[in-house]
Amino acid sequence: MFHKPADQGGKDPAATFKTALGVKMFIGYALVYAAFIGINVVSPLSMETEVFMGLNLAVAYGFGLIILALVMAVIYNQTCNNKEAELAGSPETKAE
Amino acid sequence: MEVMPVVLFAAFVGMVLGLSFYFAGQAKSAAGYYAAGGTVHWFVNGIAFAGDYLSAASFLGICGMIATAGYDGFLYSIGYLAGWIVALFVVAEPMKRLGKYTFTDALDAKFNSKGIQLAAALSTIIVSLFYLIPQMVGAGVLITPLLGLPHYVGVIIVGIVVITIVASAGMTSTTYVQFLKGGLLIIFSTMLVIATLNRGFTTTPDQGGKVPFYKYATLTACVNDGAITPDDTAWQFAGVREEGGNSLVKLVNSGKTSWWQKEVKADSSQILLHETQYMVQKADGSTIVNGNPGSPENALRPVGNLESIRGKSGVEALSGPVGPFEFLAAIGHPDTRVKGWKPIKFSEDTDSVTVFVSELTAGNRILRPGLKFKVEGSWLQKLDFISLMLALFLGTASLPHILIRYYTVPSPAAARKSTIVAIAAIGAFYILTLFMGLGAMTSGTINLLDNNMSAPLLAKSFGVFLFSAISAIAFATVLGTVSGLIVAASGAVAHDLMDRYLGLNLTEHRKVRAGKISAVVIGIISIVLGILFKGMNVSFLVGWAFSVAASANLPSIIMLLFWKRTTASGIIASIIVGVTSAMTMILLSPSMFKLYGLNPSSAPFPMDNPGIFSIPISFAALIIVSLMTQPKQEQMPEAVTA
Repeated sequence: MFHKPADQGGKDPAATFKTALGVKMFIGYALVYAAFIGINVVSPLSMETEVFMGLNLAVAYGFGLIILALVMAVIYNQTCNNKEAELAGSPETKAE
Repeated sequence: MEVMPVVLFAAFVGMVLGLSFYFAGQAKSAAGYYAAGGTVHWFVNGIAFAGDYLSAASFLGICGMIATAGYDGFLYSIGYLAGWIVALFVVAEPMKRLGKYTFTDALDAKFNSKGIQLAAALSTIIVSLFYLIPQMVGAGVLITPLLGLPHYVGVIIVGIVVITIVASAGMTSTTYVQFLKGGLLIIFSTMLVIATLNRGFTTTPDQGGKVPFYKYATLTACVNDGAITPDDTAWQFAGVREEGGNSLVKLVNSGKTSWWQKEVKADSSQILLHETQYMVQKADGSTIVNGNPGSPENALRPVGNLESIRGKSGVEALSGPVGPFEFLAAIGHPDTRVKGWKPIKFSEDTDSVTVFVSELTAGNRILRPGLKFKVEGSWLQKLDFISLMLALFLGTASLPHILIRYYTVPSPAAARKSTIVAIAAIGAFYILTLFMGLGAMTSGTINLLDNNMSAPLLAKSFGVFLFSAISAIAFATVLGTVSGLIVAASGAVAHDLMDRYLGLNLTEHRKVRAGKISAVVIGIISIVLGILFKGMNVSFLVGWAFSVAASANLPSIIMLLFWKRTTASGIIASIIVGVTSAMTMILLSPSMFKLYGLNPSSAPFPMDNPGIFSIPISFAALIIVSLMTQPKQEQMPEAVTA
């Protein structure tokens, strides 16, 4: 007998959309993160370059990665909320 | 022992124990004990995520590493936070949909395989133990300055308190302890950063007048008949030795021996001798610190200061309050000089000698990578750095104690929202770590023997209250994270192994009791490990836990979600190969060889971070074994989701 999960919230019609969106946003962030590692390894001295309000590239990029994560998270959540609301009112979902 | 830290610490411990006993009545069912009944509000869960995740490694280890290695310590903050993107975009909702109490539930939802139950449970236990070690080490680090007790006492106290928290109300009490701790940590860290910025810069930090700035002496000397003779005749030459590229000169003054660092000026060939700090460990166990017997009153002086700020020193370098950008810009300026210290160890007759020599580093060097991670070194050193950053990125979404928090909320949407709250709280905290670490680096508050205490000692420079509050919260940090880890590990033992793998079909009551007994046993094991690993930088150890977690768990999670041909055998192979390859590489790494007392350069695996090899190997194992064990079409199972 299978072990049933805790979530009993019913089928999620937006699951496919959210998975696809999540993968795309993950790849986008991973590329920005990979570029950060790449600069550190290939050209660490360029991290000293002053870019913003006296901050060098290393600090500005680091802060940028943290802030970007939050911004992308909020966008992802809002997009998912919109899709969930849209599909919750769709005829197929109502038929279920 | 000061009274206020003890009072605040006791008050916090009393509060969390009170909460645990209050919630004990709600943890009578397995769902209540292992997943807080799945009824936690997403905002509470998000802050509890922060409380769970912001461990001793984040607070003590990262701040300590930034205080001594500058920007390289902040790379941990960046990597840890980036990992939450993987958790949010890829793992959060599917984990919630598939699982019940443990990470194993989710992996096994499609297959109901005994092999997965065993492998995933063992992986959970191993990763949790790896992660527990640095937390318990951090507990020991905190106890000495806070309560004046030895390291092992701190480890035992934390162990007992955590066992009580977990054994009384499981995930419910753990959630609220983590919520409180996460909130307090962010609030008080913000206060500490504001105080640091408000104090501004000086090249002669005196901790608000509490600890006079110590000006280290420099002697001029010349060479006479092979002896280095100081111009000041009060000092007599007693020997010289070359250690690790440094020339150390032994001088005697009024019968007292001291060590000096020799420098030959490039322009004039003038010999300068710079005062050091040193500690001698005698064969009989006694210690000599800076020439006198070691005692609480005669300990190594705290260090770390700016020698010049934008080329200025003394009175003209006093800045007054500075803004956050100005703070970072001033430290990172090419004409700023930071005075750091490094240990040089050697034996002299039967004595073990550690001499701490100072070195000046330009500000632009402090605020870019390279002081710890050799990004300008060999390709192997660069690969080691990439491997660490990869493990940090992929490790978060593989940590069992983080994954089980998705089962405490009522829906996948709540899981998603709580992850966003976690990213906001954790991201804000990680930005603060840079200011706290650099604040400690420039305020004369670094303990030469243990940089893990940099943040609490920075707080101490602002007065006993902030120190007491920060130390009590740091202790709470350990409590919150260790509680989560013990819940995860005890769930693996009682739910995954006993109930499901062994098929004991425990009743609700027995399942809860099994979880509590497991929590006690795992707590005792963590106490022993915390004592054995005393002295290692806690953030460094967590890096290893991330490598093991990312290698053991992430390939299975990803492939289960995105590759339909994944089989139970493939998942089992991936977990086993991931754990064993990562652990083998760590055990054969240079850092472990150093711990064994062997020559690090003779380590068979030449890197400290195995992720870049062990993660792909684990993926490959899953793919190969899955392709070899494809079921016939009619046997294809479907995942059980609601």
